[in-house]
Amino acid sequence: MNLALAKNETGRAVSDSFAVARDRLPGTGRVAEARSTAFEAYESVGLPHRRIEDWKYTDLRVLMREVLPLAPAPDAAALKRAAAALKLQAVKGARRLVLVDGVFAPKLSELDGLQKGLAIRTLREVLEGGDASLQAQLLAPDNANPMVALNSAMMTDGVVIEIANGVVLTQPLHVVHIAGGAAPAAMFTRSLLRLGKDAGATLIESYSAAEGAATYQVHDSLIVAIGDNARLDHVRLIEDSREAFNISSAVVTLGAHAHFNTFGMNSGSAVSRYQATIAFTGEHSRVETNGVNLLNGRQHADTTLFMDHAVPNCASREVFRAVADDRGHSVFQGRIIVRPDAQKTDAKMMTRALLLSDEAEADNKPELEIFADDVTCGHGATTGALDESLLFYLRARGLSEKEAQALLIQAFVGEAIESIVDDDLRELAISAAQRWLEARA
Amino acid sequence: MSLLEVKDLKVRVEDREILHGLTLTVNPGEVHAIMGPNGSGKSTLSHVIAGKPGYEVTGGEVLFRGEDLLEMSPDQRAAKGVFLAFQYPVEIPGVATMNFLRTALNAQRKARGESEFSTPDFLKKVREVAKSLNIPQDMLKRGVNVGFSGGEKKRNEILQMALFEPAVCILDEMDSGLDIDALRVAADGVNALRSPDRAMVVITHYQRLLNYIVPDVVHVMSKGRVVKSGGKELALELEASGYAQFEDAA
Repeated sequence: MNLALAKNETGRAVSDSFAVARDRLPGTGRVAEARSTAFEAYESVGLPHRRIEDWKYTDLRVLMREVLPLAPAPDAAALKRAAAALKLQAVKGARRLVLVDGVFAPKLSELDGLQKGLAIRTLREVLEGGDASLQAQLLAPDNANPMVALNSAMMTDGVVIEIANGVVLTQPLHVVHIAGGAAPAAMFTRSLLRLGKDAGATLIESYSAAEGAATYQVHDSLIVAIGDNARLDHVRLIEDSREAFNISSAVVTLGAHAHFNTFGMNSGSAVSRYQATIAFTGEHSRVETNGVNLLNGRQHADTTLFMDHAVPNCASREVFRAVADDRGHSVFQGRIIVRPDAQKTDAKMMTRALLLSDEAEADNKPELEIFADDVTCGHGATTGALDESLLFYLRARGLSEKEAQALLIQAFVGEAIESIVDDDLRELAISAAQRWLEARA
Repeated sequence: MSLLEVKDLKVRVEDREILHGLTLTVNPGEVHAIMGPNGSGKSTLSHVIAGKPGYEVTGGEVLFRGEDLLEMSPDQRAAKGVFLAFQYPVEIPGVATMNFLRTALNAQRKARGESEFSTPDFLKKVREVAKSLNIPQDMLKRGVNVGFSGGEKKRNEILQMALFEPAVCILDEMDSGLDIDALRVAADGVNALRSPDRAMVVITHYQRLLNYIVPDVVHVMSKGRVVKSGGKELALELEASGYAQFEDAA
């Protein structure tokens, strides 16, 4: 009864929001129709709750309760706040593409002197401008997942990046999400990255709030298509404000002989969920996906990965580390499916959680579904506290309790960070981890 | 003033009393050996001095330069100049030895109000000490003690001792797991650190180690007490006659 009531109320709020926002959302015709269909799909379920298996540990009806109204386009004050925050977000040598309150901010972005074979447009342009193939790709994610459906209905802006065949970017791309609004709001973004055959790129995504921003919700999605023999290095860092929500989805496909190295670290936000589907569509491709949650207070972070081995001879590695202090709650759900044709699949998943307090929680749910008979698959999961004998050794050498813990935590998450191939990206992840550790000390 | 004074120390682990009133006075420049059979409380003494959790002090005191050591956290004791060379140094995967050494050294210096070492000065110092102990550079890049042999682990302890320059070094069963060559290298490292300002407490089961690190004073421990103290000849006497006589005495 209560649940039904909650759903109705939540449903009505979003319904109103969608009705109000509709005219502001880019795209007509096919795009507008797709939005309506997606919204109906979302509304039939509402915010996902614990009785939906996939959301068992992350009950958004309890944690999030409502979807906030769509953020208005950033005004001068919001942009100014964002510009100040951007200085802290700058990644040396990277090309910045900035979204403020879910809207592309051309003045804060770097669009000059694009390398030949690199095209960058905004989601708004593409949804309004009508490149049919790009639109189709942007509308492709299916509506079975309610939060993907909601994002499909409400997507407002984002970046659409195309890298032509044979083009290897010399400069990393950095998509910066900054919340700068003065009133509580939700932003709905969707980005697309298309890498042609033999192409290569490095993509950084970061999420944070400007000083003085109100509480907010990030609803983001990323669609990635990696062509044959192409390679993508990807890092996403969530350092959202401690009241924020971040619900992000990724849909990634790999062609043949392709390589995807991805790393995600979550040390911000009150509640976050990152759900990624990675599908092999060509043989001899490889994915390394690694992640770290660093949580304290009452933070809740959920990483849900679905690795789809649909074709033979592909390899995937998942390394995940969670550190939870206070009443922090970390969730890792890793599903690997090896379809009947996917012989010679090599898939491994290892997740480890470190609990720093008695009230911290870590849930690990590995799921392997193997329908081929000539494969190497494995998974492992551990949960534990810091080793007292190591702590004492460090303290006997002069490190304070916090310093000793920090060194051991760094070592613990280091195993996931070390899998980042690119040196600069690895440094970026290490410094984000250090920021969390310093804030803790 | 004595460097380290242990007075009538009584220590319990869970429900069992391990030390029943142990007294020991160590002055600067002295090397003391503590010998005794297994279970006599030698390692407990070293752990309590270093501040390992899990021991309950039910009586007596431990003073370091007149200050109450038992009131201090393990890291405060380290900064004051108390060093325990572990019997079984732990392996810490993911923490590079070099990073660990620098973090520890600077933490101690900071606690004493001294300036932190600059990177070049630090590297120079570590390289010098490592060379004198036959520790190859690539060992310093690896995780602390990860994949080290028994001898390498002990040499890494002595390397830290040389680097931190403590006032009191407690060497807990330094000879365990070492062959004769490794023992000689380790003992040479320790002997090089003997100085008029520094004291050492060498805890050992066997007399063998004391051929290489020659003590000024030898104590025999049995059942949680020092039952006999004497000069270095006491160690030889023990070698000949064993601990049994003292077990009766205790």
